Amino acid sequence: MKPDSNTVIDLYRTMVRIRVCEESFIAPILSREIRCPVHLCTGQEAVAAGVCAALEKEDYIFGNHRSHGHFLAKGGKMHEMVAEVFCRETGCSRGRGGSMHLVDPSIGMMGSAPIVAGTIPLALGAALAAKTRNDGRVAVSFFGDGATGEGVLCESLNFAALKKLPILFVCENNLYSTHLPIDEIRVSRKIFELGIPFGEQSHRVDGNDVLEVHGAARKAVDLCRKGRGPVFLECMTYRMHGHVGPDDNIQGSHTDIRPPAEIEKWRRKDPIKRIERHILKKRIASLRELKEIQAQAENEVLEAQDFARNSSFPKKEELSLYVYKN
Amino acid sequence: MSIKTRRLTYSLAINEALTQMMERDPSVILIGQGVKSPWYVGNTAQGLIKKFGEQRVIDTPVSENAMTGAAIGASLAGMRAIAVHPRMDFMLYAFDPIVNEAANWSYMNGGKVSVPVVFWGVINRGGEQAAQHSQALHAMFSHAPGLKVVMPSTAYDAKGLMVAAIEDDNPVVYVDDRWLYNTEDDVPEELYSVPIGKGIVRREGKDVSVIASSYLVGEAVKAASTLEPSGIDVEVVDLRTVKPLDVDLILASVEKTGRAVIVDPGWKMCGLAAEISAVISENSIGCLKSPIRRVTLPDIPAPASRSLEENYYISSRNIVDTIMQLVGADLKI
Ligand SMILES: Cc1ncc(C[n+]2csc(CCOP(=O)(O)OP(=O)(O)O)c2C)c(N)n1
Ligand SMILES: [Mg+2]
Repeated sequence: MKPDSNTVIDLYRTMVRIRVCEESFIAPILSREIRCPVHLCTGQEAVAAGVCAALEKEDYIFGNHRSHGHFLAKGGKMHEMVAEVFCRETGCSRGRGGSMHLVDPSIGMMGSAPIVAGTIPLALGAALAAKTRNDGRVAVSFFGDGATGEGVLCESLNFAALKKLPILFVCENNLYSTHLPIDEIRVSRKIFELGIPFGEQSHRVDGNDVLEVHGAARKAVDLCRKGRGPVFLECMTYRMHGHVGPDDNIQGSHTDIRPPAEIEKWRRKDPIKRIERHILKKRIASLRELKEIQAQAENEVLEAQDFARNSSFPKKEELSLYVYKN
Repeated sequence: MSIKTRRLTYSLAINEALTQMMERDPSVILIGQGVKSPWYVGNTAQGLIKKFGEQRVIDTPVSENAMTGAAIGASLAGMRAIAVHPRMDFMLYAFDPIVNEAANWSYMNGGKVSVPVVFWGVINRGGEQAAQHSQALHAMFSHAPGLKVVMPSTAYDAKGLMVAAIEDDNPVVYVDDRWLYNTEDDVPEELYSVPIGKGIVRREGKDVSVIASSYLVGEAVKAASTLEPSGIDVEVVDLRTVKPLDVDLILASVEKTGRAVIVDPGWKMCGLAAEISAVISENSIGCLKSPIRRVTLPDIPAPASRSLEENYYISSRNIVDTIMQLVGADLKI
């Protein structure tokens, strides 16, 4: 089933908003105005956009250290995310978490955290809750190829399959886990096959093709809602920046060992350029309309940064708030 | 024999300990994330792969539980493995093999086998990294019988305690701190070890004993210098090893000064400072001229925002304030 024009435009808008927002962090990171570790998802926007567009507001998602895209795609407010990256009181985690801890339960963004694979069983639990209540919700766990090294992934895959939980395991395979290329962390590159021995439906999709991601996610979500989950989805993609920050090489630490030719190859597969070409070819929107969407995103980002800069840092006296719920 | 020393950074002192131990003993291996990457472990592992090969210096997938268990197994099978965790926070995935297996192994097997393994966990915090990238968990490991826990405060000790940890026939948790990596000290070129279980007095004084470890030793010495002009004479005790504690050294100092300020980079509740306080109370309470004071992290997760971090982490200022409260009144300063 092909998505209608409005959906395609929405997917495009989401990706552009993520991209523009991500790139806007670079200057303030380099000037040290932003200090918390920031893992940019430039290049991976199609995964967040495609999966989240297949979800309802009430559905749950859990992210990892690279979750700006997940947060925005699920409907999180950009200015609250930007303020969090700037570690301000008005941020979505009130400046206590920074870039790696994004949350907005009101739209089902249940949290993100940098302990690799740490949130996978939490998503499992959210799916368990949905199943227990029989409320039709679906949970999504976003994690990277690096997370396949952690045993808790296998434990979660097994339990999800055993109990037929409504959960979508989304592995964003960007071929790197910090400084290690995928061939140095596993023998098989086919991560999606991990789900098969547990009896899960497992697929690999082109993670830079938002329509393919979206189509696969819709099918998967549909199965989950019918009680025929879980589903494992491997999305092949690439991060256009270094592991953390804009570019590890520019920062001088030389931890970014990706070959320039490989980066170039993936630049040509830019997910936003691809959907743009599709939109223009199918005359879903005009170039002028696309430019308008970009301009809107740029405006939104500027406003979000203004909001962040004009927000105060958390007050010293409030250090001990939120350890517990009062 | 003359001992040749030169200035060396803390991180390079660790590197030298690893290099020399691997040269001397072919059973020593290093396994963990990022041994190839300066981003992870600074320059502590530089040159090791080149010298000793990828058979002995093993960069791993993100699999802390299995890799740490494997280090234990390798050590049971005749190796001396060092399992490195570039952040202590990640080590929690390995809590089970460390506490359930390694710590208990000798005892529950009637002493038939021991586990000569090192669990090296780096405290890496600040920089708005927030709760999961900041934790100092040495107290948790110190709770378990069967483990030893060391926390070097100088480059000299960083090398000597790493050597001692590798040489020890028991599981040793080696906790270092990224904040110390660029600090320098006189470090002998040759191989030497710093005995596990022995602290050291870094500065003698008669009015108050500050008992500290890791980067807070430096802060305590700074605090002592700050207080010198006001006539408060501070003794600084560096624990070096936090398990087993050098109880004799702690008590001797406190019995001399009659006052104890315990400074610990971990949380307060059930922390290292609590244990030391109890040891002093149980043994030397009669000598105390004033209550024991603890300077620790508050029982709060590490915040991200710089405005909160400033108030969260301990510096010499906190130590000075605490000493002033304790001693200032008595000495009429
Ligand atoms: C338990 C744990 N171990 C190690 C790390 C250090 N670390 C941060 S991100 C990462 C790998 C990330 O790779 P991947 O999961 O593929 O995500 P990507 O960064 O590629 O998006 C590692 C090992 C961590 N954060 N948590
Ligand atoms: Mg990856």
